[in-house]
Amino acid sequence: MTVPPPRERTAREQRRAGSGPFRPRAVTSAPPLEERGQPALYRIGKRVLGYAVLAFFAALFIAPFALALANSFKTRPETLADPLSLIPGEPTLRAYEIMARTDIPRWALNSVFVTVMVTVARLFLDSLAGYALARLRFPGRAVIFALVVAVLAVPPIVLAIPRYLVLGQLGMLDTYSGLILPLAVDAFGIFLMKTFFESIPREMEEAARIDGASIFQTYLRIILPLAAPGLIALTILSFQASWNEFLHPLIAAPSDPDLRTLPVGLALLRGAQGESQDFPLLLGASLLITLPVALIFFVFQRYFIQGVAASAVKG
Amino acid sequence: MPTLRDRLATNEKVAGWVFVLPVLIGIGVFLIVPIGMALWMSFTDWNGLSPPGDAQNVGLDNYRDLLSEPGVPRLDFAMSIRNNLYYVLGVVPAQTAIAFVLAVVVNQKFLRGKAFFRTAYYFPSITSSIAISIVFLFLFQRSGAINQTISALMPGDDFRLNWLDNAEGVLHNVLGAVGVDSAPGFLADNDIMGLSLWQWLSGPSVTMFAIMMLATWTTIGTMMLIFLAGLQNIPADVEEASRVDGATALQRFRLVTIPMMKQPMFFVLTIGLIGTWQVFDQIFVISSGGPQKTTLTPAYLIYREGFQNFSMGRATAIAFLLFVLIMVLTLVQRRILRPDRD
Repeated sequence: MTVPPPRERTAREQRRAGSGPFRPRAVTSAPPLEERGQPALYRIGKRVLGYAVLAFFAALFIAPFALALANSFKTRPETLADPLSLIPGEPTLRAYEIMARTDIPRWALNSVFVTVMVTVARLFLDSLAGYALARLRFPGRAVIFALVVAVLAVPPIVLAIPRYLVLGQLGMLDTYSGLILPLAVDAFGIFLMKTFFESIPREMEEAARIDGASIFQTYLRIILPLAAPGLIALTILSFQASWNEFLHPLIAAPSDPDLRTLPVGLALLRGAQGESQDFPLLLGASLLITLPVALIFFVFQRYFIQGVAASAVKG
Repeated sequence: MPTLRDRLATNEKVAGWVFVLPVLIGIGVFLIVPIGMALWMSFTDWNGLSPPGDAQNVGLDNYRDLLSEPGVPRLDFAMSIRNNLYYVLGVVPAQTAIAFVLAVVVNQKFLRGKAFFRTAYYFPSITSSIAISIVFLFLFQRSGAINQTISALMPGDDFRLNWLDNAEGVLHNVLGAVGVDSAPGFLADNDIMGLSLWQWLSGPSVTMFAIMMLATWTTIGTMMLIFLAGLQNIPADVEEASRVDGATALQRFRLVTIPMMKQPMFFVLTIGLIGTWQVFDQIFVISSGGPQKTTLTPAYLIYREGFQNFSMGRATAIAFLLFVLIMVLTLVQRRILRPDRD
């Protein structure tokens, strides 16, 4: 008598049987395992409470953005009299028309230019350094890595005046290079890329090296394509960081209004308006700063979350 | 004749240095040299306008003015420390506690829509601090959305708190409510760095309190994500085993979840502490250090002394004192809270 060999159950069979990685969603009204034995009222009660907490905080986090959007389409008197309504009484594009006529488009272009240059520079520098620190054996590697970690610990506000001093000595105050170069040095990105390169298996690059490829060729042709997810994460994180950066452009371009970025321009515009704030205008400009990061965030959310996870590992 | 292996090793040494060289130059030019120059500058009277070479060496005068010499600079510095201390004591516990609770709730298996809520909570954390400060400036106006909402919740009461130009200390107000409205003698007569003990005990001003709410609101999302990552790292079988052993939900939370969350908790407190001692952008937009210097912080004072009062020497001295303060506090916190890694 022959016994047929045992066969692996297919995913579909596993699902039907309710075992393996595929657990069935609760089809019947039977509560899931962890809730067996709990009275129905208790199960309903904790759901109501849970959703109430979640919804309350969701409202708290979304409301300021919704109010900013609504009020940017109101007239100035209406923003003062009725700031809470989400639908403008007499909708107007006045704020956005004024924005188009002021320096705001110029600031937006500056922001785009600086952000793109900083991001490109960080991609290049951080991936090179991160690769060397992760893979290449050279004397001084440990010291350099310790230096990078130490740099992470220096608070930016402490660096503000020293940087102003050095930019002045180099003749780079009120120039685009002064806005870009100091931000291109980015210890966190090096750290992120080093961690990422360490997760790539060594075999492929070793094979390429034995076949006679130079280190730079190996890096360019083999390593970088494998590191694409890490590079995307770095792109997004440095785009967000340099787009929102306020302190550095504030001190690096102190006297040329044509070099202001959006955050600097907006903060100074608010200061210049004193007590009679044009809130529809200020809120519209705030939304303009928020929009690009919001779009990128909603598309590439998981990379932001990876970034937070990476920084948590660092601690 | 060198073997292939030797040649590859030599190549790696050269390539390694070539790859890190641009970054090293950058760190040198924009970090190490500036810090060295600034340390020297903190012993001079440089005004930021004349060539730095003309600055006079004044020895320890800048540090003395801030720490021991009676006068406006010392008083301003003391107030900035007081203001920021209350800011830290308010924001760090609030952001940590709310973020932890939200992470635990979002992580519940019986609740759906995890991705949506996570997104909604995290979004403020990635938005420009300047944009958010402008929005809150609008919300906190005297006839603004916050006051109108409070009025609507308290029928018959027209709530018109002047949030943004209000120097009254919150603790002083609380004491006033129970009848203590002037300083008891020993609090008024004794001072630390020129600021009377009564003034040290003022609490944050109402305006600072508004900025603290804004800061808490902005940072909860990041902290929540860190906690959430920690919660999802708890192995499912540990949970399962404790359930099989008959632990109640509360026992499981206390005996499994809390101990497993020590590492994320330590990290959240560390970045919270470091971040809150550097508050600048929000102060710049909302209050510029006012009213009556109650929102002056060391970070804002560095900017004001350096770029508005042209005392670069004093400003760099403040920067170094702030740096030392942050380092010391971080080390103390590490000593007290460091979870054992094993």
